[in-house]
Amino acid sequence: MSQLLTRKNILHAIGLLLFVLVPTIADATSEPYIVNMITRLVIYAIAAVSLDLVLGYGALVSFGHSAFFGLGGYVIGIIGFHIANDGGLFGWEGSNAALVLWPIAMLACALLGLIIGFLSLRTSGVQFIFITLAFSQMLYFVLVGLMIYGGDDGMMIDQRNTFPGLDLTRDSTYYYFCLAVLVIWVYLCRRIVNSRFGLALRGLKQNQRRSVALGFGPMGYRLTAFVISAAGTGLAGVLWANYALFVSPDMASWGKSGELMAMVILGGLGTIFGPVVGASVFLGLEQVLTGLTEHWMLFLGPILVLVVLFGKRGLYGLLVGGKHHD
Amino acid sequence: MLMFLEQVLNGLQYSALLFLLASGLTLVFGIMNVINLAHGSFYMVGAFCAAVATMSTGSFLAGIVAAVLGAGLYGLIIELLVIRHLYRRDHLDQVLATIGVSLFTNELVSIVFGRSPPFMDIPAFLAGSVQVLPGLFYPIMRLAFIVVGIIVALGLWWLISRTRVGMLVRAGADDREMVDALGIDIQRLFTLVFTLGALLCGVAAVMAAPLLAVEIGMGERILITTLVVIVVGGLGSVRGALVGALLVGMVDALGRAYIPQWMYSLFPPEISDSLSSSLVSASIYILMALVLLVRPRGLLPAQN
Repeated sequence: MSQLLTRKNILHAIGLLLFVLVPTIADATSEPYIVNMITRLVIYAIAAVSLDLVLGYGALVSFGHSAFFGLGGYVIGIIGFHIANDGGLFGWEGSNAALVLWPIAMLACALLGLIIGFLSLRTSGVQFIFITLAFSQMLYFVLVGLMIYGGDDGMMIDQRNTFPGLDLTRDSTYYYFCLAVLVIWVYLCRRIVNSRFGLALRGLKQNQRRSVALGFGPMGYRLTAFVISAAGTGLAGVLWANYALFVSPDMASWGKSGELMAMVILGGLGTIFGPVVGASVFLGLEQVLTGLTEHWMLFLGPILVLVVLFGKRGLYGLLVGGKHHD
Repeated sequence: MLMFLEQVLNGLQYSALLFLLASGLTLVFGIMNVINLAHGSFYMVGAFCAAVATMSTGSFLAGIVAAVLGAGLYGLIIELLVIRHLYRRDHLDQVLATIGVSLFTNELVSIVFGRSPPFMDIPAFLAGSVQVLPGLFYPIMRLAFIVVGIIVALGLWWLISRTRVGMLVRAGADDREMVDALGIDIQRLFTLVFTLGALLCGVAAVMAAPLLAVEIGMGERILITTLVVIVVGGLGSVRGALVGALLVGMVDALGRAYIPQWMYSLFPPEISDSLSSSLVSASIYILMALVLLVRPRGLLPAQN
């Protein structure tokens, strides 16, 4: 317990406190849009943390995670669409309860993750990067082709899903809700990566041959990690659909996968907390730069290059300091 | 039958474009194990240079020179500034850094050339159509594109299998360390190959600019397809890039022509429209997934 006040824990506490205080700050400065901005950030952080599970701990460079983000959002959008227009779906009268819909969406993403992961894990290295990209592009074009759901333009969603005891239509309530999801998800992911399963996954990353010789088959561990990561990214998609009340194929575009990867790298690969920092900085940078200039990519591009070239440990590593990394 | 032949010609023309882009990309990967997602940027730079030069001078020749020089020079600069520091990094770093370069290039081009996309006419001597077979007229510009593709393929074959540089390229793709140990400056060789790849992007750009829209973001769109080509063909081999380009080009062109017809005969129209537009766009990715599942390293990978 003497280790409670480490630099790392203090930073985590300050970070959490800042997140908790966001609505208060927004009220105090009468800039209510801050809450929306940070809600976006929290949702992306959930997706980035999920991606870190495979990217940082499994060394599986997935260039197709936007597929799960998009699918999660579209499950919510599609069910909402049919309830509003046809009064139900496949004979089921439908529901607007988060506790019913969200597990369905996450299950759909986990299933897609199982299929994509099972097929993709037959390859490795560069081919893995591009086969995951290929699958996400397939989903992207399927979504573009779905004319009844708006095709290229996407579709609006009538209302947020309901959660017992909470009024999610209030922006600050929805923000706290997303923040709670993020905190729980980060906690779960920490538990996962430090469990026997997580250690086996990391062992496979460090030296596959040795791990296999010790009796850890790569496929099972990697596929499980991929599925968990897919479900988490799908949850972020669900939260995004509820936040924006809009879904479009852009959610599943390869650029979105790139953004998520950039957040993980920016924050620190294989740290779970890092991607939260990465998402904050990435979206913060976007906000600041778009405010300054129309050509904000002119700065974001080189920043990305510099981070890759010189910031190997990510911002989280810099903040926490020391030799810590896991 | 005539429609089929016309689609085959369209497929060949698309294959030629893809081959010009893929050959450079795959060589860069073969020698230095670098994935370069900024390769499409060189193509875009080339197309803008070609369009602007042709518009201001009225000469297609000026367009060719501008495209090849512009793309080649920009490629060389990017190699010296960024790519050279990425050899020993893992693929994730390479992907992100080169995405950064392509984001930067998009903005740079829109600042230098302005937001409104330039327009490039088909040069007079390549305008119009010619009768390829009785009853089948085909645009000369597109035929010229196919011819350029064939010339470049032959030229690369000669370069790689008949010259000293080509021998080093093959040796480098085979075993980089050994070539290095034998006293060859692999760094210089790589810079040379990288610049050559960028030059070929310029060639592709000047041929494509009169046919396709010259706009910001054109590089990324074609780059993703080019990646499919080199992965299908097998990374690192120009032969693979050729086979991949032909396969992807044909699947795309024939898919565009025939998938809607099949879907229409199989399903009611409200389903077939959605289904066929998705399938047409996704066809090459389905091809890539199938190839990788059967042959995880692609069809004709470089020996390694």
